Amino acid sequence: MGVIALAWWQLALAALMVVALAGCTVAARLGMGRSLLIAAARTVIQLGLVGLVLEALFSAARFHWVALMALGMLLIAGREVMARQRRRLRGGWAFGIGTVAMFLSSFTVTVLTLTVIIGPEPWYRPQYAIPLLGMMLGNTMTGVALALDRLTDTAWQQRAVIENRLMLGQRWQEAIGDIRREAMRSGMMPMINAMAAAGVVSLPGMMTGQILAGSPPALAVKYQILVMFTITLGTGFGTLAAVAAGSRRLFDGRERLRLERLSAPRS
Amino acid sequence: MPANDALRLDRLSIGDLDAVSLTLDPGEILCLSGTSGSGKSRLLRAVADLEPHGGEAWLGETAQASIAGHAWRARVMLVPAESHWWAESLGEHLPDARLDDLEALGFAPEVLDWQVARLSSGEKQRLALLRALSREPSALLLDEPTANLDDATTRRVEAWLCARIRARAWPVIWVAHDPAQIARVADHHRRIVGHRLEEAGAWA
Repeated sequence: MGVIALAWWQLALAALMVVALAGCTVAARLGMGRSLLIAAARTVIQLGLVGLVLEALFSAARFHWVALMALGMLLIAGREVMARQRRRLRGGWAFGIGTVAMFLSSFTVTVLTLTVIIGPEPWYRPQYAIPLLGMMLGNTMTGVALALDRLTDTAWQQRAVIENRLMLGQRWQEAIGDIRREAMRSGMMPMINAMAAAGVVSLPGMMTGQILAGSPPALAVKYQILVMFTITLGTGFGTLAAVAAGSRRLFDGRERLRLERLSAPRS
Repeated sequence: MPANDALRLDRLSIGDLDAVSLTLDPGEILCLSGTSGSGKSRLLRAVADLEPHGGEAWLGETAQASIAGHAWRARVMLVPAESHWWAESLGEHLPDARLDDLEALGFAPEVLDWQVARLSSGEKQRLALLRALSREPSALLLDEPTANLDDATTRRVEAWLCARIRARAWPVIWVAHDPAQIARVADHHRRIVGHRLEEAGAWA
């Protein structure tokens, strides 16, 4: 059973409906017709380019090309984590902490899943490695960005409380402990919610895709469970690492709170 | 009386203030006054090592830089003008509070079951003093400790503070505005004028 091919003109029909929606939002003066169309155009262009890259990558299937692709994805995810924070650590730390945390968690879990659990030949076979890493990075990115944003924003708002705790002789870990826990929780919540709702409220995209592509649902479900577990692992460890490193950076060697290391929020 | 250490500032500098050098013997109270914005609070923050600063502070033979930040602040304890509370109930902040101290400040023991949210600013100020003192520091930095209190309560808190300071022989820097209060509690008085700390008389 093959997949029914989609022609470009069939996609154009869907695009036409998006344009119609944009027309409606303009008529209703929601002020978002423009951004809707730009986002739609970006989807077409970005996915089209990725399609080309993946075609080339799959036919080459060389380790260094896969690694290069993974590195590119990681750097873009790191940039995205930085962009999503209202008050970010200055001097490249926002990018550095987010990227290193995602690298440590996503890459480790992806490589472990590929080598130990799925076991394709060779282990870096791009048909498995790239989609898996993509799903890992996409979700880890969300978790890390949420957690770091929560951490820096709450630390800013509660700076007087943190300092008062320092004045009483508490260690920096103790003084920011509550805020750190909250930040870690908010980074991991989306994944826990997604697992709790999987299959009941939402049919996960990857499973849907596999079923559309002709896989038996039982196999698609197994892959989906595996992917959700690995995403949870990646998000969880990534969030923990990012919050641990980020909160350390808010204090200096003398355990003073140094909020001037955060940039002012963009208005 | 426990044998305590002197607090010594050695060319301590922060903000626009010229380097400050002074020595406070155990049990001595130095009152610090000056217009608002003159840098009194920042000087206390520098002594407590909450902000990067120049120079060095010593407690006896222990230099500020020679021990970890939290260990220094546990010994040289700053009580800010406005206190902040993180847990919901007061008891969590005051695990070691003594009942006679509570009573001396005008509180019944039930206060420990209260929610922090229902405290008035004056109550918070007194309890913040108690919170700091019950952690048994070795020196005190008080930033306007009676700013939110009425006259009678101010006298009561002053008397309690002075008694505890003499009993424990803590060296104290006390930021104050009221000349009458300074006259009552201070062994020395310095005023911040411009960028300098000037001798403003002594009551011993």
